[in-house]
Amino acid sequence: MSNWLEKHLPKIVLGPSLFAIILFVYGFIAWTAWISFTKSRLMPKYDIVGFIQYSRLFDSPRWEVAIDNLFIFGFLFILISMFLGLLIAIFLDQKIRVEGALRTIYLYPMALSLIVTGTAWKWILNPGLGLESVVKSWGFTDFTFDWVINPDFAIYTVVIAGVWQASGFVMALFLAGLRSVDQEIIKAAQVDGVPTFKIYTAIIIPSMAPIFLSAFIVLAHLAIKSFDLVIALTGGGPGYATDLPATYMYTMAFSRGDIGQAASSAIIMMLVVFAVVVPYLYSELRNKNDQ
Amino acid sequence: MFKKIAVAVIATSITFAVSTSYAGPKAEVLHWWTSGGEAKSVAVLQKEFSENGGSWTDMPVAGGGGDAAMTALRARVLSGNAPAAVQLKGPSIQEWYEEGALADISAVAKKNNWSKVLPVSIAGHMKCEGKWCAAPVNVHRIDWIWANASVLSSNGFGMPKTWDEFNATARALQAKGIIPLAHGGQAWQDATVFEAVALGIGGANFFHDAFVKLDKKALQSDTMVKVFDQMRIMRGFVDKNFSGRDWNLATAMVMNGEAAFQIMGDWAKGEFLAAGKVPGKDFLCASTPGEGFLYNVDSFAMFKVKGSERQDGQKLLAKLIVGKNFQKVFNLNKGSIPARTDVSLNEFDHCAHVSAADMNASSVGGTLLPSYAHGMALRGAQAGAITDTVTAHFNSKMSSKDAVAMLVKAIDNSK
Amino acid sequence: MINNNYKINYTNVILRMLLYFFLSVFVLYYLLPLFVMVTTSLKSLEEIRTGSLVALPRNITFEAWGTAWSSACTGIQCEGLKPYFWNSILIAIPAVFISTLIGALNGYVVAQWRFKGANIIFALMLFGCFIPFQVVLLPMARVLGLMDLAGSIIGLIFVHVIYGIGFTTLFFRNYYVNIPSELVKAAKMDGATFLRIFWSIFLPLSLPIIVVTIIWQFTQIWNDFLFGVSFSEAGTQPITVALNNIVNSTTGVKEYNVDMAAAIIAAMPTLLVYIFAGKYFIRGLTAGSVKG
Repeated sequence: MSNWLEKHLPKIVLGPSLFAIILFVYGFIAWTAWISFTKSRLMPKYDIVGFIQYSRLFDSPRWEVAIDNLFIFGFLFILISMFLGLLIAIFLDQKIRVEGALRTIYLYPMALSLIVTGTAWKWILNPGLGLESVVKSWGFTDFTFDWVINPDFAIYTVVIAGVWQASGFVMALFLAGLRSVDQEIIKAAQVDGVPTFKIYTAIIIPSMAPIFLSAFIVLAHLAIKSFDLVIALTGGGPGYATDLPATYMYTMAFSRGDIGQAASSAIIMMLVVFAVVVPYLYSELRNKNDQ
Repeated sequence: MFKKIAVAVIATSITFAVSTSYAGPKAEVLHWWTSGGEAKSVAVLQKEFSENGGSWTDMPVAGGGGDAAMTALRARVLSGNAPAAVQLKGPSIQEWYEEGALADISAVAKKNNWSKVLPVSIAGHMKCEGKWCAAPVNVHRIDWIWANASVLSSNGFGMPKTWDEFNATARALQAKGIIPLAHGGQAWQDATVFEAVALGIGGANFFHDAFVKLDKKALQSDTMVKVFDQMRIMRGFVDKNFSGRDWNLATAMVMNGEAAFQIMGDWAKGEFLAAGKVPGKDFLCASTPGEGFLYNVDSFAMFKVKGSERQDGQKLLAKLIVGKNFQKVFNLNKGSIPARTDVSLNEFDHCAHVSAADMNASSVGGTLLPSYAHGMALRGAQAGAITDTVTAHFNSKMSSKDAVAMLVKAIDNSK
Repeated sequence: MINNNYKINYTNVILRMLLYFFLSVFVLYYLLPLFVMVTTSLKSLEEIRTGSLVALPRNITFEAWGTAWSSACTGIQCEGLKPYFWNSILIAIPAVFISTLIGALNGYVVAQWRFKGANIIFALMLFGCFIPFQVVLLPMARVLGLMDLAGSIIGLIFVHVIYGIGFTTLFFRNYYVNIPSELVKAAKMDGATFLRIFWSIFLPLSLPIIVVTIIWQFTQIWNDFLFGVSFSEAGTQPITVALNNIVNSTTGVKEYNVDMAAAIIAAMPTLLVYIFAGKYFIRGLTAGSVKG
């Protein structure tokens, strides 16, 4: 008996989590898929009516904006956060005197919820109150920074605040990575007279590939879930120029009483996530097995 | 530490679970009136409630004009744990009734003669399939235009009577470096201006056809094109920092003379009064050019709850909400006028008197209309579709014709 | 860590100056919002209305902080953030503790006790990290109702634990995967059991990653608004909901100094965790969690 238990204990330990994930993640996705085929409005209904919600969704100019924004925002957010995080990590790795303090400064935004920082960002980005007016008051009267009121540029202000929040965390990941690179190899390269720049690009960065995965997972998950960010910063405006799928879904489900529509948008969103994340996960986990 | 917390958690859950003996009426009230003046107004109700032996549990959820509160409400109803009374308004009351979530408070209404003291059109919003299911708190008027008195008089202007007059005044003021229209670039504020313009330019019948009946002919009419034309003109009267600005900051701009006008419901009056400004002297109020009266009635819907304490709490609450005293005190605080018609307006100011007189006149003349922008006329999805178009047009360079086409399509798509 | 040559060299000096310059520019970018928040919270309303956004306060007053903590109105109650702060602690601490423990056990199994399908299970959990929380609100509400946990602190803890499993498992798995599997084999030869190995060998090695996981989970749970607003009732609302009630009231005079003070108070626990545990955070990450 105790032998049997011992043999199966790993599975038994994993069991409850697996059950919970299957029910509360995949079960709920299935539930949402079901609802997306109904005409649910204020509350969920279960009579299937076909693809109406999807055709409504793809007829909606607002959804089009939201999906475009997800790609613009997701791409820039992940790219810039990674680049900035890596850059700062490398800079910090040059025996900087006040590294501890600097690290904390770069890292702290991750600790704050955007409900907290949203108002401050709103002010900073507002041309009449924030950066533009301050720089103007310094005598640079031609300076303009009014992206937040321009429907074509407002999404980039969301990127600025998003990068601000997440890049410090990515910096921490990369810094940790730099610290765990084998020092012998670096010393050997230095002895051989390889320039510092080359040491980074040819030896250190390639050895950190797994960290790019961790950073990517964290950033992609933040990008897709970005909701507070938009709500706190622009409220989706000007107009609905900074809507993202998550805010679209929320608006439909909770302020418009159009749950069927919200469900269909959620399913499309999940498909996008699936298309981006699954190949990445697959290749990563496969490599691990091969090792 | 952990032990202490575990004990506390268990203790709290026990206190929530155990409620055996009858302890008088009680009510959990979900609302989003969390700011100073409004919260004070709700506190009046709470006080009356407890004076009548009730115990009030406050469940405030602010944000997004009630969006967050509605999220919480859905979760609560789905989990079978609905609050007793919820701040709800317009057709969403009837929608919740259709979901089977609302309680019938006809007995209270009958006993207190609601059908006699409430105007017919407002009473209509409070009934679900002939039964009373909600209690009205107030009547807000939406189609107000507020102005800084000294800005107008020192430049030799009065309150505009027509939209052409408004445009001319605005242009003249703009030339003098005054921002003609204080506005906040949030979708609901765009919609507020839009519906005032639509009523002014199209008239009451047009408004009713377009935004209550969603009649296609009205929606794609030339009148609608003109409405969007005027919106384009209005866009030119707004300063460049308007994006995302809260409405009360726009009101402050009028107060300090930075801007001349604001188009906003009468909660803006509360803001002027709170700053010690005097109506008629420091600031002016008038209905926006054109006929009619757009109302926004706040109300509390009563949800089905278990237990006689809670049901008694609901009944008591409903009675008090429509009671004369609460209607007076609440609305003095909030800037609106009482929903019941037999409350003395002696203590109310000039603007409230105008509002009450106009409401009676338009009720007789058939031009008393529900506000679409504030969720009184249409289901959420349809009102939202209109607002999407309005705000997309206002915040871009879209032509009026394109906007009309988009509007028709969006409404089709929302059904 | 690159060993630089310490010969005095002008290019090097200039490079280092540039380095510090760039680091300072980044500091400005990262600190600006906090600076605005802190200075605003110390100003009087009058000064906020008249002065510039980035100006230092002329007269420092802590009045707004007092108001935010104990007398700001979050509805008809004007007790500030204080009561909600305690709710958040009651939610966050058990939820962090439980989800970290579960993550440690899961990670231990997935990394060291591989059985057929373990990798697929791990992938399923990982993908679960990506589910947008808006999707789960309504079905979760129903489930909580059926479990009779609606509106309770326990219900909120439950929800946070469930949706924390993905990340905590990921952290521990990536940490444990670097521990040589010979260790487990040797221990098994000596007759140690599954739990015994976890308890006596793996857990003592795990301090760095436990710190990382706790920081991450605590931040997520403390800052959560969506679950907090949906699955609470009067009396169990967390601090983010109260903060939202203070900051997002739509009418009345906006007291920006109180808003900002409230925001900083609400963020204080997570902020302190990052300031004081930040060092261990990097150390924990360095210790192997990110090696993958």
